[in-house]
Amino acid sequence: MNADDAQVIGLTLGAAGLSTLLIFPFGVALAWLLARKVWLGKSLVETLVALPLVMPPVATGLILLNLLGRRGPVGEFVKNVFGTEIVFTWKAVVAAMAVMSFPFLVRTVRLAFEEINPRLEQAARTLGAGPVRVLWTITLPLALRGMIAGAVWSFARALGEFGATILVAGNIPGRTTTLSVAIYNDIQLGQDEHAYQLLCISAILAFAAIVFSNQFSRWGGQR
Amino acid sequence: MKLLLKKLQLHLGTFHLELDLEVSGQVIGIFGNSGAGKTSLLEVVAGLRKPTSGLIQIDDQVFMDTGTRLFLAPERRSVGYVPQDLALFPHLSVRKNLDYGRKPESSASCSINPNHVVEVLEIESLLGRSIADLSGGQRQRVAFARALLSSPRLLLMDEPLSSLDHDLKWKIIPYLQRIRDEFKIPMLYVSHAPDEVAALCDQVIVLRNGECLRTSRPTEIFETTTSMVLKPGIF
Repeated sequence: MNADDAQVIGLTLGAAGLSTLLIFPFGVALAWLLARKVWLGKSLVETLVALPLVMPPVATGLILLNLLGRRGPVGEFVKNVFGTEIVFTWKAVVAAMAVMSFPFLVRTVRLAFEEINPRLEQAARTLGAGPVRVLWTITLPLALRGMIAGAVWSFARALGEFGATILVAGNIPGRTTTLSVAIYNDIQLGQDEHAYQLLCISAILAFAAIVFSNQFSRWGGQR
Repeated sequence: MKLLLKKLQLHLGTFHLELDLEVSGQVIGIFGNSGAGKTSLLEVVAGLRKPTSGLIQIDDQVFMDTGTRLFLAPERRSVGYVPQDLALFPHLSVRKNLDYGRKPESSASCSINPNHVVEVLEIESLLGRSIADLSGGQRQRVAFARALLSSPRLLLMDEPLSSLDHDLKWKIIPYLQRIRDEFKIPMLYVSHAPDEVAALCDQVIVLRNGECLRTSRPTEIFETTTSMVLKPGIF
């Protein structure tokens, strides 16, 4: 493994971690709203959240490119307010990973909330706890395993993200090249041996994430 | 305790609960077959369901009145609710379950001595355990204790013994009688078992299909043959 590989792995891990951190509070909040509340537009939001799961990742990347590009509504806003560009930078890598892994987080955490017996929350209310205390002391602790599992799955999904990333962040060595993009690059250039080395690293990272998730689930089950 | 339900209406799909009654007693039973509306009535009193219209009053405390748009949230009603599945918090120890709704002993609203509750219900040896390690009867007693320690003005019991076999049920009933006699907290007790109602209640509301058939003393509704049964013509 050379310095370039270390940089690629660092960028991939860093971007996947940051994207997971960024989407986590929004994903948990949305999952709770979908699991526990009835509201206008719920079906539409459910569909929008699931779209990246079923749409070709390249198509999602194209939508992101139009939104985040210099003339896109989000890109223009960010440029005017913060004086920075998103597309073809590490920020675009994070954005692509966040959008593609968001549905994994929401679906897993939503299931965790739905599995909680509503009677527990009701009993807590009758014991004098207001809605915020119930959320903090009953709902969130009971959903903790699902929340961690959702975060790990979305992190693992972000590690393997390719289609949307290559469209919105490109393949700029040292700046936006992630593990998946580097493997694709090596195959295109006929550097199969290096591609397989990166493949092994990619598999080890995914394996570690899944082992962590499973171990955590077992620990949570024994509590 | 005086329970006043005035023109109370709750609609749940095709089921309609419509009650207009006033009943007094220390332990009021809510008796009826499955689907009669017993649990719905208890949930309405607890504030867990919001009726379409009506008034709910316990003694001088109005819990809900659509006429004045008053609706007290469950946490402001001071009721100790024991649902059918007990709803003990599985991620907390027995001690933490008991502490969850417990009022500080220095507060004015604290009317219950925790040590007395632990002693009456014989749960001292269970305090350090997790909920998963408790037997059926122990869970029942912990659920009663948790409800009592919130210093409620009213206890709401929703068929708390329905999951127990006959022998265990009759081991738990004396604990409920001790709660009734020692703590003097009014109770609404839902059951479809005549023997339970007769053993605990001094007044009974008989429900059928969401309507109140009658309110009476248990002796006017049940008769003892080999076991406690309904007198003919009650339903």
